[in-house]
Amino acid sequence: MANPHALIEGVAISSYAIRSSFAVIYVRGEIVHVIRRLQQAVLDAYAAGHLGKDIAGSGFDLDVVVHAGSGAYICGEETALLDSLEGYRGQPRLRPPFPATHGLYASPTVVNNVESIASVPAIVLGGAQWFSSMGTEKSKGFTLYSLSGHVKNPGQYEAPLGITLRQLLDLSGGMREGRTLKFWTPGGSSTPLLTEAHLDVPLDYEGVAAAGSMLGTKALQCFDDTTCVVRAVLRWTEFYAHESCGKCTPCREGTYWMVQILQRLEAGTGTEDDLATLLDTCDNIFGRSFCALGDGATSPIVSGLELFREEFLAHVTGAGCPFDPVASTVFAPAGTSA
Amino acid sequence: MALTDQTRAEMREIIARYPKPRSALLPMLHLAQSEEGHVSPEGIAMCAEELGLTKAEVGAVATFYTMYRRRPAGEYHVGICTNTLCAVLGGDEIMASVKEHLGIGHNETTEDGRLSLEHVECNAACDYAPVVMVNWEFYDNQTPATVRDLVDGCRAGTPPPPTRGPSTLCTFKQVSRVLAGFPDGRANEGVQAGPATLVGLELAKERGDRAPAMSTTDKDA
Ligand code: SF4
Ligand code: FES
Repeated sequence: MANPHALIEGVAISSYAIRSSFAVIYVRGEIVHVIRRLQQAVLDAYAAGHLGKDIAGSGFDLDVVVHAGSGAYICGEETALLDSLEGYRGQPRLRPPFPATHGLYASPTVVNNVESIASVPAIVLGGAQWFSSMGTEKSKGFTLYSLSGHVKNPGQYEAPLGITLRQLLDLSGGMREGRTLKFWTPGGSSTPLLTEAHLDVPLDYEGVAAAGSMLGTKALQCFDDTTCVVRAVLRWTEFYAHESCGKCTPCREGTYWMVQILQRLEAGTGTEDDLATLLDTCDNIFGRSFCALGDGATSPIVSGLELFREEFLAHVTGAGCPFDPVASTVFAPAGTSA
Repeated sequence: MALTDQTRAEMREIIARYPKPRSALLPMLHLAQSEEGHVSPEGIAMCAEELGLTKAEVGAVATFYTMYRRRPAGEYHVGICTNTLCAVLGGDEIMASVKEHLGIGHNETTEDGRLSLEHVECNAACDYAPVVMVNWEFYDNQTPATVRDLVDGCRAGTPPPPTRGPSTLCTFKQVSRVLAGFPDGRANEGVQAGPATLVGLELAKERGDRAPAMSTTDKDA
């Protein structure tokens, strides 16, 4: 699992498929030990003759560069990544033209996430039939589910697409002792929140979409009944405000103001009208932003209000947060109650 | 510390890695930071000269990315994850306790220049929450007490090793050099994949779960 050679091999095969002689692994900069391992793996691959000039006598050349980002979440958006890689501020480009025709240096470019590329060697080896014998009818194959939060055994679980959270929790030991699942994200904070009612939703693209959310990154963040949803939503919104690249007004201004509103709600100085203002602001961001980050910023707010309106209201009428933040920590003394 | 001819030569090495020179700008800024602990006007000027850009063009890029510091960072730069998952699992308590312990706040440096503090957004290690970074190395599953020990160790010049990664902690400048694309040869040290990374794999082995066998005959063309 810490071995990047599946990725390097996938990069080589994919580059060969599109006859590209230059590939970049763009990786966020804040995870240095991962970058070291990638650098080493690329060096090893050159030394073994799997990269470089005339690979294995094929006449095919490929250079691979490991490129460390510099702290900008938006560079996960493919066109922002390309701008960043060209040495500019990482802000999304207008599409079309799409990277497939006008990508890096305005040349045809394939941009994929590393999980997709790393699955290429196994697919080439096993064949399409083998790969599609796993998963569900429309979502084929396997993927990594990343379980985190108030669960007994957080971590990475590889499984066929379509497994449910209930199955994953059963397999992995469930929620922490004496607590119940309150809400969870199927794919990180940009995917609308789900609850216990969604434990049996197949975690494939269609299943999660039918439940009103999105599969996204498969970052299954699970929160138990000690967690305040207003606090969770505020933090996510602060994240989007921080990571908004500033290119378009709805996202840049909207996320800023939504943070102000959520802060006063958490502090107990909000009003019921604030809830309407939040939804109205989301309405003006969603579908009016330049890229998916703005849309994603509305997910936790809209879904949080839909599922837990009473809890938001309790912050208004009860003058502040009714939860004890210590009870939600991993080092909470036994018996602390929410 | 002033930038040297050596820095300039290494900037040219970075430029040579890319089909177009300007692609080298981000790693060049990491390199400048590895010499000076932050991106100084001098660092910006050198990048601009080497790439044939104006200082304003380089400055506009440098200020967009949060990892470039405009003021000197501490030798040990502590980032505490306070995005939702870590915050809820204890990151907020850790941040509060470290602030009090060190007497500095977000984006501040201790007087001795040893330590700077920042709260960071999700560092892609939610399965190890609460997570604390020092010089962008992982300290997993932290508590207020372990982080107080961690920062005390940093100030005394004897930081504990990261949970994953090299067997001793690098300085901010050393790490910035790796980010500029100059490997430090320490990739194979220490813990590679932590327990949470492997938990699914171990479980599958225990249960005898495997992917279906690959057939050697009916492989698609
Ligand atoms: S939606 Fe946000 S991140 Fe995307 S382009 Fe607009 S400001 Fe930038
Ligand atoms: S929220 Fe801290 S690592 Fe993800």
